[in-house]
This record gives sequence, structure tokens and C-alpha cells, in this order.
Amino acid sequence: MANQVTQYNPRELEACVASKMLEDKKSVFVGTGLPMIASMLAGRTHAPGLLIIFEAGGMGPQSPVLPISVGDSRTFYRAVAASSMHDAMSLTQAGYLDYGFLGAAQIDRYGNINTTIIGDWEKPKVRFPGSGGANDVGSLCQRTIIIMGQDKRRFVEKVDFITTPGYLDGPGARERAGLPEGSGPYRVITQLGVYGFDEETKMMKLLAVHPGVTIDEVRENSAFEIIIPDEVETTDPPTEEELRLLHEIDPTGMSIGK
Amino acid sequence: MDVLLEGEGELLGWHDPDENRKWILENKSRELCDKRMSVKEAVAKFVHDGDYIAFGGFGHIRVAMALVYEIVRQGKRNLAMAGKTAVHDVDVLIGGGCVNRIEVAYAFGHELRGLSPAGRRAVETGQCKVVAEISNAGYQWRFLAGMMGVPFVSSRNMLGTDTLKKSACKVVKDPWSGKPVCLIPAAYPDVAMFHVPRCDMYGNAQIDGILVEDFELARAARRVIITTEEIVDNEVIRAEPYRTSIPFFVADAVCEVPYGAHPTEMPYLYFFDEEHIGEWLQLSRTPEGTKEYFDKYVFGVKDFEEYLELVGGIRKFNYLKRVEQFREPMKAPWLKK
Repeated sequence: MANQVTQYNPRELEACVASKMLEDKKSVFVGTGLPMIASMLAGRTHAPGLLIIFEAGGMGPQSPVLPISVGDSRTFYRAVAASSMHDAMSLTQAGYLDYGFLGAAQIDRYGNINTTIIGDWEKPKVRFPGSGGANDVGSLCQRTIIIMGQDKRRFVEKVDFITTPGYLDGPGARERAGLPEGSGPYRVITQLGVYGFDEETKMMKLLAVHPGVTIDEVRENSAFEIIIPDEVETTDPPTEEELRLLHEIDPTGMSIGK
Repeated sequence: MDVLLEGEGELLGWHDPDENRKWILENKSRELCDKRMSVKEAVAKFVHDGDYIAFGGFGHIRVAMALVYEIVRQGKRNLAMAGKTAVHDVDVLIGGGCVNRIEVAYAFGHELRGLSPAGRRAVETGQCKVVAEISNAGYQWRFLAGMMGVPFVSSRNMLGTDTLKKSACKVVKDPWSGKPVCLIPAAYPDVAMFHVPRCDMYGNAQIDGILVEDFELARAARRVIITTEEIVDNEVIRAEPYRTSIPFFVADAVCEVPYGAHPTEMPYLYFFDEEHIGEWLQLSRTPEGTKEYFDKYVFGVKDFEEYLELVGGIRKFNYLKRVEQFREPMKAPWLKK
């Protein structure tokens, strides 16, 4: 592709790759940080009709810059509605949200996410903030996209705590638990590549590696076995225009870096 | 209905609906009366040791910070906090030694700024106990059930997760669909505290921008304290009654506190004071630093007005207004990292 650049940081690449997954004229429930910037980039490129919903009530904003929080005034700047959490969460539960977009501390092969604790719940070694809206996004959006760092401590055999549901313990488990039919994790984006979930087993499967990343690196940075298909694509590096837009959205570099 | 699973979390702030209804019938006045008082009086009168408390806004957006500081100043103890996106509010209250129990949807974090040193230290050393987990929608719906005066509402989130196992919710078989459904218990905080842009002396309060969960929380809580940028005439409320989010008959106290959300963001009026939040995050890394912060900003000033001068006065607030209105770029100490 023309105008692709060779100098970019991993966060810029992840944001660009993530933004391409979001479709025009669909809706996305957005968490703090990279999910916000990727969604805003999609809105300024291939998906001008992307409807962004924030959990605290901001709906369809047109903010010139990245919000700090999913509840600050940037999330309802030039929005179509400044509503409430009850409204945003109920709409999601009713089926109005096509995509959900999250970060994570730990993930397992079924896409179950931990953002609560490392260690034992009663006496945690590390305490993270907890669910926030993540469980609601992972439970109630139709397709959930997760952006996170990848290494053996984060791609784990068993998460210390299932904060947010992936496919739980395998095919049909979500529906048996009472979660909405056909919902679940859709993509995982890391500094190494892009993953989906095998249709039959619901286990994590490599779909694409980023430029210069090997399949061995993907394997070495996971404590569980990732399904590696015969054909693995390579993601497109950011274009000059995408990088320009990313830094226009995040002029201070708070999420994307300098 | 068959109970399929019971969460192990502690059930904070639940009452039998008849008991709460009786409490409301006996204790909540329907009289349109002057509820103005000082922050000091409001906290002394309505916040008691051991209470289950909640704050409106969104943890670091539109938080009634003058009340947060006053709770620290008056040395309230053993409070249980609704961790419904609790950010700067709960961090300061845990650091101040006031909150020792929390039900967590979101706490111990400062969103993009990173994790909260004071809150994390307290929970990792056992000084503050997490009594239950829940999600943001889950907490919101606890207040919805509370304001509806029903024992619970049903939902489809949290199912199949440890968040539910450590919550106070239950899973039952829905008698209509036959599918498992989550029952979220009502929550009636002893006192809920809000900061709003305008309110009359009776407690009719208007909020500009998103309501977050303030509509439901104000109606679920037994006592409601409102701090406001400005006390307006009742005629201002009546001219645009569709803007009223909190009506007077749920409000118990009204305190006029300009810039009362500082250092949190007040939509349309002033941005986060990142310099001040940064100072807190830096100092609260150690118990000594935390003490230094409170000595300077809470015990070292006689009231919130003196605090506002100390944090930078009119010059600072003009700057925060320009940032809020996109007329000046934001600066933050944590951006240098």
C-alpha cells in the first residue's frame, strides 16, 4: 500500500490495526485508552458513520481530542445525546451494540479476562481496579475486541480471576450461563499480532502477525498453546495519514506515545 | 424460582423494601423548605461513622470534593463505600483513613493516570477490605432497584464469572425464558453526595451533561447532600423544569460551593486539575506523604475557600476553564513519563 511508513511505535500500529476492524454504520462501546483512539481513528478514516457509545452516557460524540476518561466531557462533546449509565448499559443489553472494545491485564485461551487481582482474592498480591464496565462490555456487546500486551504472564493457562467472560470453558458455555446468544470475544490485538477464536473449539487462534514478527515469537509469548493455522496474514503497517490522524486525536501522546 | 448460584460477597446497604418504604414515609419531608447549610454542618449532620456512602459523578468527574475533604477533616471512620467507578473520591477517603470497606465495580485506579498508590496500599495490606465485587452496570442497577423500591432487578451481565461469584448477586432460572438470569440486589446508601452546577435552596438540582448514575442514586439513597456551584432562584428551576435531575423531596442539604468539584472535572466549567491530582498521586506513594498532603490541603486550611486559594486561586481556575473549553491544551505531570 502506498504511503506506508517504517517508523512507528507498537501502540500506533495496534491502534491502526484495531481501527480497521470497526465497520462503518455499526456501533462500538469504548473503554479507556487505545480503544478510544482506535475508534476515533476509524471514525476519521473508513468508518465516518461509526457510532461510539461511552458507558457513562456519552453517545455519538465528535470530540477533537482524546478523552482522559470514559466519563469526561470530551465523551459527550458535540454528541447526539448526553445520557446516563442506565441508558447506555440497557441499550447494550438490549442488542444495540455491535462491538465492545477493552483492555486487559490477563487473558486465557477462551478469551476470559482478568482485571481484578493477581494472587488470591482474599489477600491479593496485586489489586487491579476490577471490572469497571468491562464485564458489562464482555457480557453484553455482540463482538468484543481486546487490546493488550502479550507475554507469558498475560497470556496464561488460567486467569487468576474471571472478571469478564470470554467463552468461559468452551463452546456453548456462555449460553448455558445465560449470556446473550452468539455474543463473545471476537479479536485480540497485541504487540505481536491479531488473534480470533476457532469456530468449533472457541480457542484462541492466530490470524495475523505484525510486520517482522515470527510465529515462534507468538508461541514463546504465551503460556497456553495458540492454534496456528496454515495460512497467517501479515498486518499492514500504519500509513503516514493514519499516523498524522493519531497524533491529531492524541496531541499530548497520553495514549499513543510521542 | 430455582436459585442456581449465590454470590459470596457481602450485601451492603440492602433493606427489605417495606422497611425502607417505612423509613422514607417517616423520615423524608415533602415540605418545600430551605435546606441551605455549610459543608461542615451537612457532614456533621448526615455522615456518621460506619455509614454506607456513595458519591455522584464518575470518580474524578463532577465529584463533591468539598464534602470528601470535610469527611477527612471531621475524622469520620469505618465508612463503607460504593465503589461505583470510584477514582479520586475513594482514593482520598481511603488515604484519609475514613473508608475501610468497599464494594468494587472500579476502584484503586486513576484511569489513564495509572493505579492509585494510597488505595492499593490500603487494600494490599488489609487496611481497607474489598467486601464484594460487581460491575459498573451491576452497581448502577443496584441503585435502580433501590429507587424502584423493589428487592432486586434482573440482568444478563456478570453470568459465568468470578465477578458474580464474589458479588452479592444471585443467579436464578427465569420463569419465562427458562434461561439463567442474574438478580441484582437493591442498594440504599445511608448517604449520597453530589456536586451540581445549579440548585435552588430547596434542593432542586440540575446537571449539565451526562447524568452517569446520579438520577437513580439520588432516589435510592436515604440521605442526599448536594453541593452546587451556585444556588439559583426557584424561578430558574421552574423556567426549565425538564432540566431537574434531583427533585427537592429527595434532597436533605444544599451547600453553595463554587469550584466544589476541584480537582475533578466539572463539565463545561473547569477541567481536571492535573497538577493537583499529580501532587496527590506523588505524595500518596507513602504514608508520610499522604499525611503531608492532608496537613497542607485539609487540616492546614480553615475551609474550602482557603483551599481554593492554596491550589492556585483565580489564575488556576481561569486556566482550567480554558482547557475545559478547548481554548488551551492540557498539561499533566503524568504525561512526561
